Amino acid sequence: MKFLVCIKHVPDTETKVAVHADGKRLDPQAVSKWGASPYDEYALEQALLFRDAAGEGEVVAVCAGPQTCQTTLRTMFATGADRAILVEHDGLESAESLTRAKALAAVVAREQPDMVLLGKYGVGTDEGTTGPMLAELLDWPHVAAISSLDLDGSSFAARRAVEGAVEIHEGSLPAVFTCDKGLNEPRLPSLRGIMQSKKKPIETLAPGDLGLDDPSTTEPKLRWDAFALPPGRPEGRVIEGDPETAAKELVRLLHVEAKVL
Amino acid sequence: MGATILVLAECRDGAFKRSTHEAVGAARRIADDDGGSVVAVALGARATAAAAGLGAYGADRVLCCDDESLDLYQGQAYAATLAAAAERESALLVLVPASALGKDVAARLAARLDAASACDLTEISWSPDGGLKGVRPVYSGKALATVSVPAGVRTVATLRPNVFPAPAADASREATTETLECPLDTSALRVRTVRVELPEEQELDVAEASIVVSGGRGLKEAANFSLVRDLAAALGGAVGASRAVVDEGWIPHKHQVGQTGKVVSPQLYIACGISGAIQHLAGMSSSGTIVAINKDPEASIFKVATYGIVGDLFEVVPALTQAVKDHTSS
Repeated sequence: MKFLVCIKHVPDTETKVAVHADGKRLDPQAVSKWGASPYDEYALEQALLFRDAAGEGEVVAVCAGPQTCQTTLRTMFATGADRAILVEHDGLESAESLTRAKALAAVVAREQPDMVLLGKYGVGTDEGTTGPMLAELLDWPHVAAISSLDLDGSSFAARRAVEGAVEIHEGSLPAVFTCDKGLNEPRLPSLRGIMQSKKKPIETLAPGDLGLDDPSTTEPKLRWDAFALPPGRPEGRVIEGDPETAAKELVRLLHVEAKVL
Repeated sequence: MGATILVLAECRDGAFKRSTHEAVGAARRIADDDGGSVVAVALGARATAAAAGLGAYGADRVLCCDDESLDLYQGQAYAATLAAAAERESALLVLVPASALGKDVAARLAARLDAASACDLTEISWSPDGGLKGVRPVYSGKALATVSVPAGVRTVATLRPNVFPAPAADASREATTETLECPLDTSALRVRTVRVELPEEQELDVAEASIVVSGGRGLKEAANFSLVRDLAAALGGAVGASRAVVDEGWIPHKHQVGQTGKVVSPQLYIACGISGAIQHLAGMSSSGTIVAINKDPEASIFKVATYGIVGDLFEVVPALTQAVKDHTSS
C-alpha cells in the first residue's frame, strides 16, 4: 500500500509571535525554529505503523513550500519515510488552503497513493481545511481529526471526537485522513535514520511540473490586510485574605462586577 | 438589491444548536446592512419540523433536505447539498458555525464551489467596496488577522461559537420552508458516519461551555483533578487542562486548552495551578473573565487574569467550590 503524508512547515508552537514590518503577516525573521506542524507527526506515524505491520508498502512525505522545507523533509526521512517530494515555491507555504490543496491533488494524481494523511491542522493558520478540500478535489471520502483508524483490506473504520461525543466512520480507500493527538505515539528519528537521511534524495518539483499555475501570479481569494497582536487585557486584581475570605470575595465579584454568576 | 446569505443550520437531537442561532443572527445583521436575505439550510429527517423556528432568529426562508440518511453527519452529501443550495440561490456568502461538523463541511464546500474560505471569524461585515471583511484569530489567538474578500467572490465563512450574540427569539417572525434535494445518491457514499457514541457520563465540551475550570501541574497528581471537577460541577462548567497534565496522562486530550488542544472563549475561565505557558495563554486569553489561582505570584497566568488569588490551590479551590454552592443556594 502506498501512503502519502502531507507535511506543513510551520513556526514552532513556543514561538513568540511578532508582526512583520508590512503589518500584514508574521515576521518570519522572529521565528527561531521551524518544523513539521505537531499534528503531522501523528499522520507520519500512522503511515509507518501500517507499512511496518504489512511488511511492505511505501511512505511518501510531501511538502509544498520554499527550499527551507528540505530540513523538515529530512526529519521525515530520519523518522522512517521512504521517499520525499518537495513542491518548491516560496509562495506555496503561505498560500491559501485551496491553492495548497490543488498542489497536493496534483501530487496525488502523479503518485496514486491508497491513502493520504495530514495533521488535523497546520498550527498558525489553524484552519484544518486542506485535507477535506483535497478530498473534495479528488472526489475521495475523508475523515477529519481521527483518533483511531483500523484497516481491513481496503475498508476502514475511523473514530473522531466531536463536541461531547465520538463519531464512527466506515468507508473504503482511497481516502484522506487528518490526524489528531491520541491517534498513536509518534516515534523519534533514529540516529541511524538521521545519518541516512542526509544522503537520501528529495524529489523537487516546480508547480509548472505538475501543471499548476504559478502561485506568485495567482490572486488569492482571501487577502490578509492586517496582522496584529491581540489587544492587551485590562490590569487584573489580586484578591487578598485567607482562602475562605478570598473565595467568598471572588464569588461576590463574579456575581456583582463580572456578572458571570 | 442585497446579497443572499446561506446559513448551515446544525441540528442536534431535533433542536438547532446555539451556534446555529448565532450564525443566523450574524447573517441577519449583515443582510440588513445591504438589504439582502437570509436562507438557512437544514438537513435530516426532522429538518422541516424544526426549520420554521429559525425565522424567529432572522432567517427569511429555510431549505429543508428531509432525508433520514442525513441525520448523522455525512460530509460528501452535506457539502454537495449545500453547494446545490448555493447555486440555486446564487448565494454570495455561506455562513457555517465553526463546530466540528461545520469546519469539516465548510472546507469541502469551499473546494466544491471554488470559493474563498474564511475560517473561524470573530467579526464579519460587508466592506464599503462590496467585498467581505472579517477578523480571525491565528496562531491560536497569539495574533489577529484582518482578512477580506473582493466584491463578487463567493465565500464560505465559519464563525467561532460563543462570539457572535445569539439574537433573542422573535416569535412574530416566521420563515417559509422549501424542499431541497441532496444531489448525491446517499446509499452510495464511500464513507459513512455509522453511529455516534456518547460517553456514559455526559460531559460538557470545553469548546462549547460558557464556564471552564482548568487544572495544571499545580494539582501534583491525577487523583487531585477531583478538586477541579468539583468546582466545575458546582458552576455547571466544563473541565479543562493544560498540555503538561494531558501529556502526563492525567486527563484525556479532549480536555486540553491551548495551541495543540482547543481554543476556548467562555464567559468565565478559571485556571487552577496553571503557570500560563505561551501556548496555553493562546488558547484561553480571549475568555470574558479570567480567574487565576496559583501559589506563585510571578506566574504568567496572572498577566491575563481579571481576578487572581495567590495561594495554595488545595485550600483555595475547595473553599471556592463551597462559596459557589453557598451562592447558588442563597
